[in-house]
Amino acid sequence: MSDFIAMRHVTKNYAGVQALKDIDFQLKRGEIHCLCGENGSGKSTLIKILSGVVKPDEGSEITIDGRVFPHLSAHEALEQGVRVIYQDLALFPNLTVKENIAFQSFSEKGSPMVSWNQVEKTARGAMSLIGLDLDLNRLTGTLPIAQQQLVEITRALIGEPKLLVLDEPTASLTRKEVNALFEVIFRLKSRGVTTMFVSHKLNEVFEIAERVTVLRDGERIGEYVPSEIDHKKLVFLMTGRKYESALPSPVDPLAPNLLEVKNLTRNGEFTDLSFTVKKGEIVGITGLLGSGRTELALAIFGMTVPDSGSLLLEGKAIKPRSNSDAKKLGIGYVPEDRLRQGVIQAQSILDNMSLTVLEKLKTTLGLLDKQKMKTDAQTWVKDLQIKIPSLDSSVKTLSGGNQQKVVLSKWLATNPKLLILDEPTIGIDVLAKNGVHDLVKKLATKGIGIILISDEIPEVLSNCHRVLVMQKGRFVHELVPGPDAERDLLENFNLS
Amino acid sequence: MLNNLLAASRAWGKRNAEMAALPFLLVGVVLLLSVAIEITSEGNVHFLSVENFGAMAAQIPELGLLSLAMMVTMLTAGINLSIISSANLVGVTMAITMLTFGPGAASAGLTLPLIVLTIVGGLLFSVLLGLFNGLLIAKLKITPVLATLGTMILYEGLTLAITKGYVISGMPEEFLVIASGDVFGVPYALIVFTVAAVVMAYVLQRRPFGRQLYMLGSNQTAASFSAVNIDRVILKTYMLSGLLVGLAAIIMLSRFSSANARQGTSLLLVTVLIAVLGGTDPDGGFGKVLGLVMALVIMQCITSGLNLLGISSFLTLGLWGALLIGVIAYRSYRAKNPGNRPKSVSA
Repeated sequence: MSDFIAMRHVTKNYAGVQALKDIDFQLKRGEIHCLCGENGSGKSTLIKILSGVVKPDEGSEITIDGRVFPHLSAHEALEQGVRVIYQDLALFPNLTVKENIAFQSFSEKGSPMVSWNQVEKTARGAMSLIGLDLDLNRLTGTLPIAQQQLVEITRALIGEPKLLVLDEPTASLTRKEVNALFEVIFRLKSRGVTTMFVSHKLNEVFEIAERVTVLRDGERIGEYVPSEIDHKKLVFLMTGRKYESALPSPVDPLAPNLLEVKNLTRNGEFTDLSFTVKKGEIVGITGLLGSGRTELALAIFGMTVPDSGSLLLEGKAIKPRSNSDAKKLGIGYVPEDRLRQGVIQAQSILDNMSLTVLEKLKTTLGLLDKQKMKTDAQTWVKDLQIKIPSLDSSVKTLSGGNQQKVVLSKWLATNPKLLILDEPTIGIDVLAKNGVHDLVKKLATKGIGIILISDEIPEVLSNCHRVLVMQKGRFVHELVPGPDAERDLLENFNLS
Repeated sequence: MLNNLLAASRAWGKRNAEMAALPFLLVGVVLLLSVAIEITSEGNVHFLSVENFGAMAAQIPELGLLSLAMMVTMLTAGINLSIISSANLVGVTMAITMLTFGPGAASAGLTLPLIVLTIVGGLLFSVLLGLFNGLLIAKLKITPVLATLGTMILYEGLTLAITKGYVISGMPEEFLVIASGDVFGVPYALIVFTVAAVVMAYVLQRRPFGRQLYMLGSNQTAASFSAVNIDRVILKTYMLSGLLVGLAAIIMLSRFSSANARQGTSLLLVTVLIAVLGGTDPDGGFGKVLGLVMALVIMQCITSGLNLLGISSFLTLGLWGALLIGVIAYRSYRAKNPGNRPKSVSA
């Protein structure tokens, strides 16, 4: 295999900030190549240079199929068969699937009328390339996100694609959907299409990549074959730091039950769920998206009402009818969709942190004690090591990991007994992820009971005392993390 | 000393970017109008005169109260289109009450108690009208624009049915004091507005309800996941809006000594304009009372100035529309091109 694309001495400065420093990067024809690096390592800039959105500095050189370009325009990149699919999909949600796939062929052949037959034929042809079978007339916005992504991939296949760049394609997919996506990538590989894949989920990198290029702070650290390095080594290469993930400290066997869930059922969501969480225990719940795990969390958090079964907190039956009830009982919930449900992006860090405890911050006159509000918030910033410009800055100026810590502090401020964390590290880069994990384990040692919901198996295995596996609204398995746990889950439950 | 003052004002401008330009705008408007009026009227009329300021002070309270009533709903990413028709319904109801029971009360020497009862009843009624808006929005999940457009027409229809289109006039002398009376030259009405504005500023900035209102205005989903009772905050917001409308209705009834179904309908647009000009984000979540007050004064100066210049009030109305579009367009331009605002901190 020869180099299909070779980038040499690629450098990019943004107003004094060096985003890329003299990068060399090669792609072979038909390979699956992963680009790894933390946020801010220069991955996005590299992709944008490849797709012609960003112009590299003088001296950079891009060779595609033997043709040398000092830089690419967006048009040249398309012509050379480069297709990029960004994390935020660029679809028309209120148009049909066929319109989304084949809208370029609307105006072909000089006819003033749209040839719907032609559009349908084009769309069907492109879908068959990856074995996709969707209703062509369905509105794209009504499809699940995974299928929308496949629609976008299908659209990219029109013309002569040679390189498909996928930027964090699995961030919002379930494991089953990830498998389907990987199958599509393998199909394309057999047709000679090269895939460049960017993901924060390192287990996926090891699963699919033939080669890995690691970037750190705008520099190329090296190019590796996944079979020759392991998870730890890759994290080290990406972050430049050795990270030892400690197991959670053992739970006191005599610790009383904090939460008891008995035969909890909510029709159509989950059935007959029973489990306990001790004080200081971290219980993991894993299972595919749609297995009913978030629904269970919402029922414990009082946002939905179960049809039958009971909840006991510290031995007393509870029936939270709203999440303010749950808050008063000492239950906190960090939701799975950080950007829409977790933080209020436009508002200040201070306001976000104090939103759950406003009533506690009142003075005798019934007005908020601004001073206490600030000192409390500062304490959380210090305790959780949140990196912020100032308390008055809006939350949207923070990185994902720091935003998530703001959400955590909001709930820690309520002094919770039980904390439910729903996908707490989704879309957060490796180092910040470890920061959140350390924090969770530290909270458990203080006696808080924690339910950790995640579909990332390594996350639950390395941070929980016990793990429950959920499928179709039921618990199907319980295990204690150990050497064989990962294989067990992979083989028996098709989880990775 | 001067340096400290400059530094403090710069810090204020940074914290309140959305209204930092207003003080300059105010000074500019006053200077421009003073000169223009001085020239065109050949020195017969002055913009900077006690008479003119008196006239302006008289008109500020009801417009200010109505603008506050508009602003609180806009902070929650809502709107209250029914403020004027609510004010008219409340005004007509109070007028009829006083006319019906006035003669009897007067002969028994109970005019003052009747007025107090009418005022209290009017305020309660106004809060109820607001509550109805809130119920439509919070419980039936009707979008605020449509819900309050519906009640706007409903309340106006009710008022027309009651008055059959006539003007109801002839309020008791004692009631008219509210608009005409003053302490040390400061009209009662202006005091009512000032107190209302200060209380509102405290409620919005320093009461838990106020903070919740801003937060749900920015992102209702995240606020509800933070255990904020969304329905309750929305109901309170529209009741508060109703209360402010009620105060405005009392002052209007007292000033005109009459009420009808279509009093001041053109003010609806002006209240939106004042709120937006004062820095209230039409998409919710941002806006302060201080900005609104500054915008109110600016608008009042322009209104009076144009009036003194002899420009038709119909043309002024068109000007307000153009100004509203201009301000909103500028805001969205600024949102897309933030200029040299602090950059985001990367991981």
